[in-house]
Amino acid sequence: MSRLGLLALQLLVAIVAIALWQFFATVPVFGRILLPPFFFSNPVDVFSQVVKWFSTGAIWKHLAITLWESILAFAIGSLGGVLVGFWFARKPLVAAVFDPYVKMANALPRVVLAPIFTLWLGLGIWSKVALGVTLVFFIVFFNVYQGVKEVSTVVRDNARMLGMSERQLMRHVYWPSALSWMFSSLHTSVGFAVVGAVVGEYLGSAAGLGYLIQQAEGVFDVAGVFAGMFVLSAFVILIDICVTLVERRLLVWRPDAADGR
Amino acid sequence: MTQSTAAAVSLERTTVAFRLAGGRTYTAVETADLAVADGEFVAIVGPTGCGKSTLLNVAAGLLKPAAGSVRIFGQPLAGLNREAGYLFQADALFPWKTALENVAIGLVVAGTPAAEAAVKAQQWLTSVGLGAFGNRYPHMLSGGQRKRVGLAQVLIRNPRIILMDEPFGPLDAQTRQIMGNLLLDLWNADRKAVLFVTHDLEEAIALADRVVIMSAGPASRIIGDWRVTLPRPRDIFEVRMKHEFHELHREIWQTLKAEVEKTYKQAEAV
Repeated sequence: MSRLGLLALQLLVAIVAIALWQFFATVPVFGRILLPPFFFSNPVDVFSQVVKWFSTGAIWKHLAITLWESILAFAIGSLGGVLVGFWFARKPLVAAVFDPYVKMANALPRVVLAPIFTLWLGLGIWSKVALGVTLVFFIVFFNVYQGVKEVSTVVRDNARMLGMSERQLMRHVYWPSALSWMFSSLHTSVGFAVVGAVVGEYLGSAAGLGYLIQQAEGVFDVAGVFAGMFVLSAFVILIDICVTLVERRLLVWRPDAADGR
Repeated sequence: MTQSTAAAVSLERTTVAFRLAGGRTYTAVETADLAVADGEFVAIVGPTGCGKSTLLNVAAGLLKPAAGSVRIFGQPLAGLNREAGYLFQADALFPWKTALENVAIGLVVAGTPAAEAAVKAQQWLTSVGLGAFGNRYPHMLSGGQRKRVGLAQVLIRNPRIILMDEPFGPLDAQTRQIMGNLLLDLWNADRKAVLFVTHDLEEAIALADRVVIMSAGPASRIIGDWRVTLPRPRDIFEVRMKHEFHELHREIWQTLKAEVEKTYKQAEAV
């Protein structure tokens, strides 16, 4: 199937779905409207809401806040995950001592932490960043830990026979291996940074995409809820495209990343 | 024995044992005596699992023997063998470095300026026939090309001893022969001491000055030592046609065959 043909089919799915939604939301079938506007709104209203947000520029502030929270959550969570992952992997005793606590903390559904973070850090961006950090940290941490642990013994022996000191081993062997594992989970960790930000906003905030959706819901503005969801999806897809570009740049040496070009 | 005439590698009554789960010990190699003179090419041949690689790891200092001593140019070996370069059987290149960076790394970690190391690495890549492949990552190279990079990676450091663990094992027959000739050409330039492990007797005779046979494991021993007097420089393709090659092959195979059969019988009994 050619690229163009595939694109046409993909568009067709969207058109049919939106057309059906519009039809059942406005045209009575056997004297009843199957998708009552109060619960389902309709595509035209949702679209005009999106257009209104962008034309008045009201949306930009919320997008910027959510983006900023996601970036901070990702950066802080990754940094912490890399440092602790490295430390644990090189010091088995430390890893063994903390193992049950790491497992316990990771098993906790992070949403329950949101009220505590709000209590501690207020309604501003930092309570959302904190929530995102708790999600990102564990993904990066586990990957870096694996990455350092799973350096093949042959590669390590070869490095030592080539005269590498312990520090040079870190720099030329463990570090690249850990980074490659971290980057392979980049999509997941960036996605979780956004989830942390939006869920945090939804549970209590004064700005952001999550706040926008929560506000619309509060006044039964279903068109607003759907519009917020669409903007959010588009936002996540854009971020994902950026991540893919970064990944291709950084992992040129990896077989699967290079074949994807 | 004086310093100057000391063997490059000398294993004296070396026993290697591993501790197994349950407190038992497994003796891989028992009281092996082996000396490799400076500039000598020695091949170790033995059936699968006879501890050939174990012996090589001992010479490299990656493994400590349970008993016996290891001397490198007369000095007792403590820790890693700094005089040796080691070409591993498995892929040991750094996948996140290009071919050029892989070759240069041995100089870089020894403190050579990056630019100078890159120039030397490019020369080595050229001499193993990969001059145009410097910016490829290992996964973009074929198995044979990766071995060439590995060879350059080891030789660029100019080690006085070269240890090789079935380096051409995973390659196809034609590539093996080409790599064998490449190795002989490079070695001929400045004859280093080589300890070459293989399970292929023909390869061993074609390459080496001496062929050492090990018995079937466990607790395998060195059971034979033949001198190969075929003239150098050799060509691997042609040397196999020689009468002397066949005579030697037949003679060594008599000994090796019994050991190989022993290994198979043990495998069947399990």
